[in-house]
Amino acid sequence: MSDVKPEPQVAVIKMYAKREEIYAREIKGRYASIRWLFVWLTQIVFYGLPWLTWNDRQAVLFDLAARKFYIFGLVLWPQDFIYLAVLLIMSAWLLFLVTAIAGRVWCGFSCPQTVYTEIFMWVERMIEGSRSARMRLDKQPGTVAKYARKLSKHAVWGMIALWTGFTFVAYFTPLRELAASVAQFTLGPWETFWILFYALATYGNAGWLREQVCKYMCPYARFQSAMFDRDSLIITYDEERGEPRGALARKSTLAETVAQAAQETHGDCIDCSLCVQVCPVGIDIRDGLQYECIGCAACIDACNSVMDKIDKPRGLIRYSTENGMQNKWSVKQLRKRVLRPRVLIYTIGLLVVAGLFFFSLVVRTPLKLDVIRDRGAMGREVEDGMIENVYRLRIMNTDEAPHRFRITVSGLDTIRLETEDEVAMDATETRAIPARIRIDHGKGERGSNKIWIQVQSLTDENVRVEEQAVFIVPR
Amino acid sequence: MADFTSGFWSIYITVLTLLGILGCGVLLWAQSKVKIRVVDGQPAQNTGHIWDEDLSELNNPMPRWWMWMFYISIVFSLGYLFLYPGLGSYAGKLGWKSVGAYQEELQKAEAEYGPLFDKYLSQDLQAVAADPQARAIGERLFLTYCAQCHGSDARGNKGFPNLTDRDWLYGGAPEVIKASIMDGRAGVMPPMAAAVGSDRDVENVAHYVLSLSGSTHDPIKAVFGKSKFAACAACHAADGSGNQALGAPNLTDKVWLYGGSAETIMEAVRKGRSNSMPPFRDFLGEAKVHVLSAYVWGLSNPK
Repeated sequence: MSDVKPEPQVAVIKMYAKREEIYAREIKGRYASIRWLFVWLTQIVFYGLPWLTWNDRQAVLFDLAARKFYIFGLVLWPQDFIYLAVLLIMSAWLLFLVTAIAGRVWCGFSCPQTVYTEIFMWVERMIEGSRSARMRLDKQPGTVAKYARKLSKHAVWGMIALWTGFTFVAYFTPLRELAASVAQFTLGPWETFWILFYALATYGNAGWLREQVCKYMCPYARFQSAMFDRDSLIITYDEERGEPRGALARKSTLAETVAQAAQETHGDCIDCSLCVQVCPVGIDIRDGLQYECIGCAACIDACNSVMDKIDKPRGLIRYSTENGMQNKWSVKQLRKRVLRPRVLIYTIGLLVVAGLFFFSLVVRTPLKLDVIRDRGAMGREVEDGMIENVYRLRIMNTDEAPHRFRITVSGLDTIRLETEDEVAMDATETRAIPARIRIDHGKGERGSNKIWIQVQSLTDENVRVEEQAVFIVPR
Repeated sequence: MADFTSGFWSIYITVLTLLGILGCGVLLWAQSKVKIRVVDGQPAQNTGHIWDEDLSELNNPMPRWWMWMFYISIVFSLGYLFLYPGLGSYAGKLGWKSVGAYQEELQKAEAEYGPLFDKYLSQDLQAVAADPQARAIGERLFLTYCAQCHGSDARGNKGFPNLTDRDWLYGGAPEVIKASIMDGRAGVMPPMAAAVGSDRDVENVAHYVLSLSGSTHDPIKAVFGKSKFAACAACHAADGSGNQALGAPNLTDKVWLYGGSAETIMEAVRKGRSNSMPPFRDFLGEAKVHVLSAYVWGLSNPK
């Protein structure tokens, strides 16, 4: 019998499966509290910032039409785009560092996807009730009461989503103007589009797609494995302590039940499945590290609450590392492993980039100068054999105050500016100024000479820039 | 879309595109359910492929909404190809063209700035030159369209006249400047060596020309050159003061378009000169040229 090879059978499998609804159970605990703290912090900042005023304008405003980006006292111009690039590089390094040390804490606690899902699940709970109530409701045949509940849930979700879309657009169109045009139905086509688009994205992602975003869309969830090693914090189930799992035989009192359990050879896991019920991505953490796990620690909170009840030590499911689990390291030993080459390299990278970023922001002057040499004329000879070169100076006063600027030139003997050397400019004005620069006959090398053009504010001595230019003496 | 050499290519592209889209749809439909041979005891989603020693490839299903996104993108692409150009030389139901989009932008700008320029157009050129806003607009126009030849400071370059002095080839009245910009100018000096005479005569005439403006010259050569200047007088006038109707430069001042040495003058006499200023009537339109003319006139006529 056993010699007969099993006959291969033909099976039909679907390559596209319907999403299984996940009814995540509500859990209270240390990590849930931390998550709610981050929900509040991030959302107060996000919804609140556009309401702040600074210098008689919105404190944080990205004015795309005028190409000026206001962040409190800072006014960034398109020429400052490098700061955005550096900011993103800095965020990337920070993400690498945090992931190497603590795994997916960003995913579990502050990612907008997690944060909005948390808010939307809270609304769901308020309207449709607990996990079991929700499951019952979904199995019910369609009644008016059921649809009334469903409808009111979607209405509240919709309102939160619209408010989010409105807030998002308020970072680009001044909030007060935007609110006025919403009230008077005079929104522009693009503002309408983006409010609705962002609202739809919020509603769809936090209401419907949820864990699908993390599993199938998020690039970070996929490339994080490059930052992970065996010393990164992950959420782990202590298999050795928990297995073999088994339900407690129910006795008349809890004390008796616990006493009974002590005599049995079961591990600490009583297979209550609470850790599965609370999981927002619908996995069983006891199966080991899985790519779906967003590190939200809801299962830790759940398991700890159960361990407390059955009078067992906490931490059957806990934050640990692969190495820590294998070698049964204590928390102290785990901490020692934090300082490893990978972490040090990420730290150094982050410090260097952040240092450069803040240094350049601090020493940044609100004045820019572009020197554009006239291409038509190399250098012309004027009266008494003097040599004249013509430049166009594009002066950008990026300050929010008017300035008087003095233009000076240096770098060659007898070099001087022939044209007006003082220019008054309004706040955030840009102007191109033709400048004629001369040297005496016989000075300078034939060919190109380096010169420097300085622009100095007469109102603020710290506001000055210097640009190098080329002065050509005809051969 | 008339770039195709024959109608065949339009059909070729259309057929290929539509077949490609259809192929995507068929592939998607055919692959949404697959029959596989499974061996008992093995999970159905295991393909049996092992990579890098221990990575086994599974046949886990994709989410179904993902499949719908594929179908939606097929529907979208068909809708897009119906509305916009994309299938060979079919112009699309909406008739959208990049040129049309450009012209729409131009019309929008025209509607916004047109009234401003029209206001200046109805004013006298000197009045426009006195308006600081018009001067600022004029400066920007000058830096964009004129500075390449005449320099950012309008002081010109070899072969390109200085516009800030009061010396004009064709006249410095505001209307004349406007005519120069509107219709352009073509300045031609024919080679005059044959009419002047020998090489020595050419040199002598050059020194005579230099003497007219009191520039450094050889007096003896100038005396000999004087009689030969008759050949030049037709355009530059007997006294060398030039003729603005012809664009013949005044030779009695120290303003030189090509340089004031005897050699450059001799070169001009021998080989002639040919120069042109392009017309801006069609390119900029009269209203902008009007503002520009006022700015250029204002350069040598500060209020």
